[in-house]
Amino acid sequence: MTPDLAIDIGLAVLVLGVAAWTTVVRESFAAVVGFVTYGLLLALAWVRLHAVDVALTEAAIGGGVTGALLLAAAARLGPAEDRTPGDRPGAAPRLLAAVLCALVSAGLGAIVLLPPDPAPTLAPAAVASLPKTGLGNPVTAVLLAYRAWDTFLEKAVLVLALLGVWSLAPDALWGGRPGPAYRAQRDGALALLARVLPPAGIVMGVYMLWTGADEPGGAFPAGTILAAMWILVMRAGLADAPAVGRRSLRVALVAGAVVFLAVGLSGLATAGAFLAYPVRFAKPLIVLIEAPLTFSIAVTLGLLAAGPPERGLPR
Amino acid sequence: MSAALDILSAVAISAGAFFFLAGTAGLLRFPDSLTRLHALTKADNLGLGLVVLGLLPHAAGPLAALKLIGVWLLAQLAGASVAQLVASAVKARGPET
Repeated sequence: MTPDLAIDIGLAVLVLGVAAWTTVVRESFAAVVGFVTYGLLLALAWVRLHAVDVALTEAAIGGGVTGALLLAAAARLGPAEDRTPGDRPGAAPRLLAAVLCALVSAGLGAIVLLPPDPAPTLAPAAVASLPKTGLGNPVTAVLLAYRAWDTFLEKAVLVLALLGVWSLAPDALWGGRPGPAYRAQRDGALALLARVLPPAGIVMGVYMLWTGADEPGGAFPAGTILAAMWILVMRAGLADAPAVGRRSLRVALVAGAVVFLAVGLSGLATAGAFLAYPVRFAKPLIVLIEAPLTFSIAVTLGLLAAGPPERGLPR
Repeated sequence: MSAALDILSAVAISAGAFFFLAGTAGLLRFPDSLTRLHALTKADNLGLGLVVLGLLPHAAGPLAALKLIGVWLLAQLAGASVAQLVASAVKARGPET
């Protein structure tokens, strides 16, 4: 057995083991910890498949932000969950869920294990058109040129998710500040981390956005890193979360989608189709879209983690 | 020279792997949260440090070497902060039963 194969098999066993543990463990907190570990292991698996872009996104979103969201949800559920131990779905729904999940897994497994020969691929076509976009990273070309519409919709879904979180606010608190007020412990470890890490994190996020044109990176991982820095600062109590009714906050949330839409519509005039770019300006336009997109993603994810408005409007 | 560097790499990475192994054993075997944290942070700081030290001679250039050191420093910062947070949470909850 070659060392590479041993690493791959070990990784696969670990991924399956952690997935099984996450499913069967009773406590929500433990399940979330398992889920985050699962995300990080999955990121390693993507690296082994040379899909570094997917690995970055999986680590940042699957392991990082989703983990933070689930952890906050588990903490909020905590006492209620203990009070209602009998409030679990019955055997029939659970069996149905298990059967359906097993079917989906089996279907995916069959597709991966039994591909037609030769396996269908769009990779050569994606690389062949790369010069027209001025980009060096085919993944970014797929996300922002070939399939820009999908990326636009993903962004829109993110804002809708945030609206879903906000809609949990009681009427009286609508437009107020999200989440509980965190009190800063000036000499605490969290406050120190929230002061020392963000400068490095912000540089890393901007670098990831910039390098995404030619190397693995791009708007989603970059926005996630920036969001993580903001979440850290809010949790440490160094800066309060902004009131969700603020006009500037609303603008920041939709800036990415608005610029995306504007560039897409201008494509009708300059390149003859919605979301088409004139060949000579493809790369500057893509950078123009990605910068506000990253910013909006960061603000949206940060507010998702902050939760629904829980405190009244600032007077 | 390169043989000496290779030996240094092998020794440092093996020592790092040993620290991770010992840290994991400690995490599984030690009786309470604070001693388990102690085992974990040793693996993070010393183990990763030794692995990075072993990889430095094989880095593609000075920039790649600096990135490796950066990874180690960031992991130390995160590990130390989280250890403090977990420890203060343990302290706040009182002695374990």
